[in-house]
Amino acid sequence: MGMMPNTVEKLLESALVAELVVLKANGEPVVHPLIPLWDGERVYMTSSVLFSKKLERIKRNPRVSFSITDPVAVGGLMARCTIQGDARIIEDDIHTSWERVLQLWRAKEPGIDFFLGKRVALPLFFERSMIEITPRRVLWWEDGDTSKPPQVRELQEVAA
Amino acid sequence: MKGSMNIDAALFAKLGSYPHIVLSWVDDDGYPTQTAATFRGDEACGVVVVDPTGLAVPTDRVVNATASHIRPQPGTGYDERRYVSLSGTVSRDGDAIVLTPTRAWGWDEADVPFFEYSERSNAQAQQYMLALSEEQGREVKPRLSAAWTFILATRLPFLTATFVPVLLGILVAAYHGSFNWWLALLTIVGGAAIHIGLNVANDVFDSLSGADDANVNPTQFSGGSRVIQYGLVSLSQMQAISIAAYAVGISVGLILLVVAWSPALLAIGIAGLLLSVFYTAPPLKLVHRGLGEITTALGFGPIMVLGAYVVQTGALAWEPFVASLPVAILIALILYVNEIPDAMSDAAVGKRTLVVRWSRSTVTTMFLMSALAAFAALVGGVVTGVLPAPTLLALLALPLVFEIYRGIRAYYTSPYKLMATMGKNVQLHAVFGLLLVVGYVVAIAADRLWDSAPGVLT
Repeated sequence: MGMMPNTVEKLLESALVAELVVLKANGEPVVHPLIPLWDGERVYMTSSVLFSKKLERIKRNPRVSFSITDPVAVGGLMARCTIQGDARIIEDDIHTSWERVLQLWRAKEPGIDFFLGKRVALPLFFERSMIEITPRRVLWWEDGDTSKPPQVRELQEVAA
Repeated sequence: MKGSMNIDAALFAKLGSYPHIVLSWVDDDGYPTQTAATFRGDEACGVVVVDPTGLAVPTDRVVNATASHIRPQPGTGYDERRYVSLSGTVSRDGDAIVLTPTRAWGWDEADVPFFEYSERSNAQAQQYMLALSEEQGREVKPRLSAAWTFILATRLPFLTATFVPVLLGILVAAYHGSFNWWLALLTIVGGAAIHIGLNVANDVFDSLSGADDANVNPTQFSGGSRVIQYGLVSLSQMQAISIAAYAVGISVGLILLVVAWSPALLAIGIAGLLLSVFYTAPPLKLVHRGLGEITTALGFGPIMVLGAYVVQTGALAWEPFVASLPVAILIALILYVNEIPDAMSDAAVGKRTLVVRWSRSTVTTMFLMSALAAFAALVGGVVTGVLPAPTLLALLALPLVFEIYRGIRAYYTSPYKLMATMGKNVQLHAVFGLLLVVGYVVAIAADRLWDSAPGVLT
């Protein structure tokens, strides 16, 4: 087991979008672009109940992965990564539970406070579930050149 | 466009705007994995040719290929969200990977604004919260404070449409020498209650007919309050609110009738109530027959102004009727402009409003002509000596007409861009009405001054 590589941490801290992959009931992968929020241990993403299919799919199969690949969305960093992990949905109170990661969200999207101020006009958008991803394995390309094999680090034992 | 996309030239053109694609598949250990890659679309063969990747992409399972874009906006967040997803199988062509897509979907906020995207997903949200309720053994629904829910459900800010004509009727009566505080207050309460009953009933009937559900472009001025669609208030609760509001309105009306009995007031009260109820209620459903504007004009124009006037004076008169005409036209124009973004969903459920019936250019021209007619009615009233000269103050609202006209012309087919214009249109009615009211206050004050002036002046 190892620590998250520095390069990947920088990507996680700066990325405005990650391509989250969840699995459909028939096992096919589906991609959902979402903002990744990194607290130094786990990755969080939030999803409105409006766009909840991904949540249903994660509940059925918690094995997920996400990649950070767009240099434009990471402030010009050239590295790329893919992180595999186990996801858990936190939605004990969809009205407030997700506010635990509001600080991390605000750091990437300061404009969220404007929309929060208009919460009354977007009542369903702010009824949200939190996706908590425990990273298991990280694959990364220091120079972003994905035509080469990635470096791989196991972070935790892969669930059976 | 959110949802399924055809695998055609348009799709390949869209794909061509992305610098790279992300391939995703499920590894042998059951976890998905991904790699970015450069690519080119081969429109003729209907395939995507992906350059070699360091990770081996399997050819025996479904692979997803997604291209996405976001433009960072330092200090706020981002914009220009869009993505295209393809699903299919891959084969090898030398080192290159060839993806043959069988399905494609995506979203581009330039095509489908985020608010519309959200509205289109409303059913999914309701379904999810229902499933979550079963899972958690308690009702899971969106939360909003009781005060905000009430304001939303009743569309309280639109009560200016009631306050303007009722105040006007009261002030014309005061100008004629009749004024009673308690009757004035009761008239305002009764009018507001009937208006709330109408607003809520409108939501109930539009939900029952499917008009509000079919509307994926609601704005703060159109498409109803949405509290039923969002699951904030149930249909039966809305019915109860509407009935309660009508009950209050009718009770106040009966008290006014007892205190200030007049056959004219009885007739006005009954007419107002019927117009309010049958605005959307069957069997008349006046708004479905292109009669919404005239119903609104009558209800929030002559009926309210004359009603408030008769309560104070006990008799009908020409002046409050003439004063009510421009207010009637401008309130009808609020409904008229608000119907523009609703036109498609209204047409889908057979709600044949004027905007549904007329062409874009007719709708736009008729707005300008009607708004100018409202100002002409005011000038005509003053020139003929029916209205006092200070009411000409309301002409100060004229520039708004042209701003609104330009907004309608520019944003006729863009509901969210039209919102500012719809807001200005509500302002036009309120500003004009309040200036008219101020005009009467000035006229009353001038009269009092004249009456109390030293003899030398008289």
